[in-house]
Amino acid sequence: MEFKFNLEENKEKIQEFRDFIKENRDKQGVLMPVLQEAQVKFGYLPNEILEIVSKDLNIPLSEIYGVATFYSQFTFIPKGENNISVCLGTACYVKGAEKVLAEIENVLGIKCGGTTPDLKFSITPTRCIGACGLAPVININDDTHGKLKPEDIKAIIEKYR
Amino acid sequence: MMTLEKLQELKEKSRLVLEERLKEEDNTEVKDGNFILKGDYYRKQTRIALRNCEIIRPESIDEYIALDGYTSLGRILTEMKPEDVINTMVESNLRGRGGAGFPAGRKWAEAFKYDSDKKYVICNADEGDPGAFMDRSILEGDPHSVLEGMAIAGYAIGADQGFIYVRAEYPLAVKRLKQAIEQAKEYGLLGNNILGTGFNFDIELRLGAGAFVCGEGTALMESIEGKRGMPRTKIYRTAQKGLWQKPTVINNVETLANVPVIFQRGTEWFRGIGTEKSPGTKVFALVGKVKNAGLVEVPMGMPLREIVFDIGGGVADDKAIKAVQTGGPSGGCIPADLLDTPVDFESLAKIGSIMGSGGMVVMDETDCMVDIARFFLDFTVEESCGKCVPCREGTKRMLELLEKITSGEGTEEDIARMESLADTISSASLCGLGQTAANPVTSTLHYFREEYEAHVNEKKCPAGACQALLEFYITDKCIGCTKCARNCPTSCIDGKLKERHVIDTDRCIKCGNCASVCPVGAVIKR
Repeated sequence: MEFKFNLEENKEKIQEFRDFIKENRDKQGVLMPVLQEAQVKFGYLPNEILEIVSKDLNIPLSEIYGVATFYSQFTFIPKGENNISVCLGTACYVKGAEKVLAEIENVLGIKCGGTTPDLKFSITPTRCIGACGLAPVININDDTHGKLKPEDIKAIIEKYR
Repeated sequence: MMTLEKLQELKEKSRLVLEERLKEEDNTEVKDGNFILKGDYYRKQTRIALRNCEIIRPESIDEYIALDGYTSLGRILTEMKPEDVINTMVESNLRGRGGAGFPAGRKWAEAFKYDSDKKYVICNADEGDPGAFMDRSILEGDPHSVLEGMAIAGYAIGADQGFIYVRAEYPLAVKRLKQAIEQAKEYGLLGNNILGTGFNFDIELRLGAGAFVCGEGTALMESIEGKRGMPRTKIYRTAQKGLWQKPTVINNVETLANVPVIFQRGTEWFRGIGTEKSPGTKVFALVGKVKNAGLVEVPMGMPLREIVFDIGGGVADDKAIKAVQTGGPSGGCIPADLLDTPVDFESLAKIGSIMGSGGMVVMDETDCMVDIARFFLDFTVEESCGKCVPCREGTKRMLELLEKITSGEGTEEDIARMESLADTISSASLCGLGQTAANPVTSTLHYFREEYEAHVNEKKCPAGACQALLEFYITDKCIGCTKCARNCPTSCIDGKLKERHVIDTDRCIKCGNCASVCPVGAVIKR
């Protein structure tokens, strides 16, 4: 999938982001919080933004990539408007999370980790979100849906279209 | 400015308000002057780390203070020398609740010993074990107890800066912590000149970014420093050279939540709970195929059976229990016939599992142990940081072998090969993640070897979980309604109306549609 980051459209956000860096640059170990801020602001880590981080923090781009690729929460492609995180923890697994995931992939026509071409939905595999009492669980944005069966999925996704 | 007297006044005032509210809500009762939650599920527990959870409102520092919150810190700062604090901790023998069980007092004593311009206290809230949510509940339900524990640790070792490294997957915990830190600073219970004693201690939140290995102490420190979260070679203990090479104490959330209570009620009281070598309680996340899933806090040494059956209510759907998995990806599966094992650090290690952070997943007869081992290996392969070859490559090869076995292509040699790999991985990896990565395989091989053998020799999955080894079969219960035939995506079911149907197993893709649509349950897996 090809995405182009629009520098012009994001001008304001970029300024805010650079202000954030300026405020925090003297803190020790600031790279992670800066990358996290970037991801919250832009939804993912665009190349253009990482170049700004490199310049403003005076850290080589290679090092930034090393850190960003290490942690699974950082992504280099945009997330959909609605992010479906599917919990793949042990409790969910023994209660059928895999079948739930397969049904979500089936309904949206994309694989886990992908984003639909209309940027409406993305599926993210997640480590245990600690809602094991409700297994199997998915989170759509900030809503938790628990005790799921594959046949529930269609109706749930429909609500977010 | 907050002083000890003002804190006492506030406590008395807030206690009255809290009592009023709890009386109205009527879900608590008073036992020995302490509030406990009503109901059998709670009555059978001993709640120390979870003492305030679901009783106080976590957003309210006043309610925490009402139940003796920050009184330990106040007393320590005004009456005790750091050495005395450490001695009390050593005496209590509080062992690390993050999994390894290293005595917290000894960590503190070590960090105290070294002179340095800067020292740090870290709270490890990177709770990553799948199926575990003990720390999350404490952070969300009683954040101040963790802050107070950290401040006490800071005073003891001479640190003025604390970090809480919390998983980004826990947004509510992050919110509550932020709020709690702000409130505590406002009240002068954190920050500069705490309670007018001249002691400074500040706490900063740092968020993880989805790397399991960052729960390992040195990897966590690398991550706070803004680097890839890979474990360090342990030339020095972190108490000597930790975060930014300064003396650092790192404790788990549950450990820290225990600290204020120990100073309130004394080491003798604390040591009276649990076993001699593992005093106190442990919080477990009892999940999986159990009737009452949830958090339980019980004295150390309670037999597994009591936890699963007396508190958890037994196995859901009245199936037979097969095993209990403890310790997450580093732990092992404990078979049903060892359920009388007391749950403490030593006893669990003896039977090839570990206490771990407290995940406890109950499995029934329909769970395949080979598949469970595969699940955990899949997790470890994904989460191995890649620094040590035995872990990075070994776990991958092991996963491939497990996949081979669960898909029906395994051989006897594969089992032997896995055993030898397990040996290498655990002896040649640097950190805990690698050293224990093979545990799920070795423990299931030890207790459920016949299941592995059934997979490779008879190409059968006794639990009926491995799809590739299953065969769908229509029994004579069939009423010939044709529903299965109509719903079969490959049209491999034959039969006339009102006559028994037959599945052509050569064409069957084992999707299970027929079994789920059958109105009389005539389709079985075998």
